[in-house]
Amino acid sequence: MSNDLMGDTWIPWIPFLPFASALLHAVLIGMLRRSLSPRMVSGISCGAVAGSLLLTCVSFAEMISLPGDGAIQERLFSWIGLGVGSAHFDADIAFRFDALSAVMCLVITGVGLLIHIYSVGYLQQDQRDDRGFQRFFCYMNLFIAAMLVLVLADNLLLMFLGWEGVGLCSYLLIGFWYGDREKAQAGTKAFIVNRIGDLGFLVGTLLLFWSLSESGTPTMSFRGIEGALPVIVASTLSLPAWLGGGEFALANAIGLCFFLGACGKSAQLPLFVWLPDAMAGPTPVSALIHAATMVTAGVYMIARLSFLYAVAPEASTVIAWTGAVSALFAATIACVQSDIKKVLAYSTISQLGYMFLAAGVGAYTAAMYHVVTHAFFKALLFLCAGVVIMVLKHEQDMRRMGGIGSRLPWTRRWMWIGVGTIAGVPLTAGFFSKDQILVASYAAHEVPGHIHLYWMALTTVALTAFYSVRLIYVSLYGTSQVPAEVRREIHEPGGLVLWPLGILAVLCILGSLLGVPQLWGDLELLRVEESNSIHHFLARVVAVGEPHELDASTEWGLTGRAIAMFALGSTMGVILHLLRPAWADWLAGKLSFAHRLVKNAYYVDALYRGLIVRPLLAASDRLLFRWIDVRLIDGLAVMGSANLLRGLTDGLLKYTQVGLAQVYFLVMLLGSLAILVYLLFESGA
Amino acid sequence: MIPYDHVLGLSVLLFTIGVIGALTRRNLIVILMCLELMLNAVNLAFVGFNRMWAGSVSGPETPVALDGQVFALMVITVAASEVAVGLAILISLVRNRDSINVEDASLLRW
Repeated sequence: MSNDLMGDTWIPWIPFLPFASALLHAVLIGMLRRSLSPRMVSGISCGAVAGSLLLTCVSFAEMISLPGDGAIQERLFSWIGLGVGSAHFDADIAFRFDALSAVMCLVITGVGLLIHIYSVGYLQQDQRDDRGFQRFFCYMNLFIAAMLVLVLADNLLLMFLGWEGVGLCSYLLIGFWYGDREKAQAGTKAFIVNRIGDLGFLVGTLLLFWSLSESGTPTMSFRGIEGALPVIVASTLSLPAWLGGGEFALANAIGLCFFLGACGKSAQLPLFVWLPDAMAGPTPVSALIHAATMVTAGVYMIARLSFLYAVAPEASTVIAWTGAVSALFAATIACVQSDIKKVLAYSTISQLGYMFLAAGVGAYTAAMYHVVTHAFFKALLFLCAGVVIMVLKHEQDMRRMGGIGSRLPWTRRWMWIGVGTIAGVPLTAGFFSKDQILVASYAAHEVPGHIHLYWMALTTVALTAFYSVRLIYVSLYGTSQVPAEVRREIHEPGGLVLWPLGILAVLCILGSLLGVPQLWGDLELLRVEESNSIHHFLARVVAVGEPHELDASTEWGLTGRAIAMFALGSTMGVILHLLRPAWADWLAGKLSFAHRLVKNAYYVDALYRGLIVRPLLAASDRLLFRWIDVRLIDGLAVMGSANLLRGLTDGLLKYTQVGLAQVYFLVMLLGSLAILVYLLFESGA
Repeated sequence: MIPYDHVLGLSVLLFTIGVIGALTRRNLIVILMCLELMLNAVNLAFVGFNRMWAGSVSGPETPVALDGQVFALMVITVAASEVAVGLAILISLVRNRDSINVEDASLLRW
């Protein structure tokens, strides 16, 4: 594109700064066995992320000033270059700063910086691991760098590098307290479940590469793929006979493969099981990686490939349904969990479900808007939960909290804002972003069953309001279950922990200005300059379908329903958890079967354990280890051959081993001579 | 020009000296030197045979151009690495047994 700014930009420095900081920490603690003082470590790490944020802002201003839909492009060097047939294939280390990556970069570095600052305070209060301070910030910086590579990458392969990088950091940080076996296993689980998704990503990439090189234009860059879209649309895959044969549109196949990758990374059905366990990591990690940034990478990827999904209707339908079902499914589980972080984890799955629903019905900009607002309110809620966990000395069970709100005045205020935003109080950021998704799913006539999708999403609104109200009432209000001696010692932590919360709370409210729907923008009351500005901004890059043709009264009706559902859910929450707590127990007793089912997350984890994990472990143990390794290889091959020889020669052969090198040499010499003599006579005769 | 049988004769002589030395001496350094002697005797034979046969006989097995010389270079390379390993063994023998007598390294036996 002619409007692009090429070369000599600050873009490569955005991921490089945190990477350099991570490298410095790694060399210091890993190779030189020397750790810096916590003050130095936090200065370097937060400084690196702050530098990235600053450069992002500078580049953002630069990009906005470009004419048209220009972007900033920077090619560093050629990474992979090969000849494919007569064509040439190049994958460069190249970054592209366009509207979509700009939004993501701002979220990653902005929220990332706040969480880094919070972590300084959080880890200083943590007595569990003093020496891990630098290691923690090394991983966090590495994560920020990998995430920035993921969103800035100009081609699929570089994106995959970032994709795997964030997966690695997620694994390292979930198992940060690796001395605890359960936490280490949670990290391993996240890693393994993500492998399944990554296989999908890889297969999708290979399918894409294969079809493009068949047509003589092998490329991995996003604009290259977009340019070759007619080729992809025209191609089909023939299924093998055992799958029923027939032709299958290639765009759908590729789209489904990539969506499998997104399912793993963004914890959607059926691959969501790792996210609740990932809460074993330190709370700032849950806020940064498992709420605000990494788990939204799947949504980002689908928005990045939106041109592909726009021509893959079947794949989009699958995405929309998976998203809606995940949203409803996870929201019900979040209503009955008792671990405060598990509630937030299931809530994250549910909110991610909303994003996929939006992406599936073609409202990619709405999905990205929800990514942004979700990053604000979920990071805020996690950090608030972190404060509670911190002052209660690592107590995460909400049944042993309560009645401590008055001791934490600021945390309580910020948490109310977070709860209000996620529940969808009108005019908050969360309200607008959710409303956009609801309207989009209602209007998506091309998606089969879009009305069901809409109703599922609407039910989820009520459930969301219910569990978020429950979250704050059970943890901060009501009868206190906290031991008196602990309660006396509760002091709200200092500014380093509190003011990131304040900024996030402000963002939760101001975030609504990014996406005021047309409907609200037209009101005299609000006087918004440009309604839904994030939509118009992202539309430079992301595919935008036809605008829906709903008249204003229908749309107001939809909004009214959403507000009614919010009111219903939150009223239920207030009644059951503040006014009449006994009713909640009575209800749980009446519906004991359903309650148990939901509480155990519909036994999906147990199902996987029974169907996949156990048989696999049993096969590895019984067949591969005890039978093939111990009996076949060790027993038969190694010991068997030795015993056979000893048995045959009655143990006499061992006397040849005299231990003198020169005797062996003599034997070898005589042997060679014998062979020589034999050859001589052979050729002579 | 030196006759081929002189070259080959010298090679046989060097090789025999090497074999006898390697078999009869107990000093590890001397044994290593004898190994070198054998390898170089072989090198000499390679070069000699190459000169003898190159271009003189036709057929698929005829050595062409510098086959023997290339082999000799290869042997020199291998010999260099072999000496490096041998001397390393020697040093660790001295450290552990305080001796360079090969008969002191006879632990691995029945």
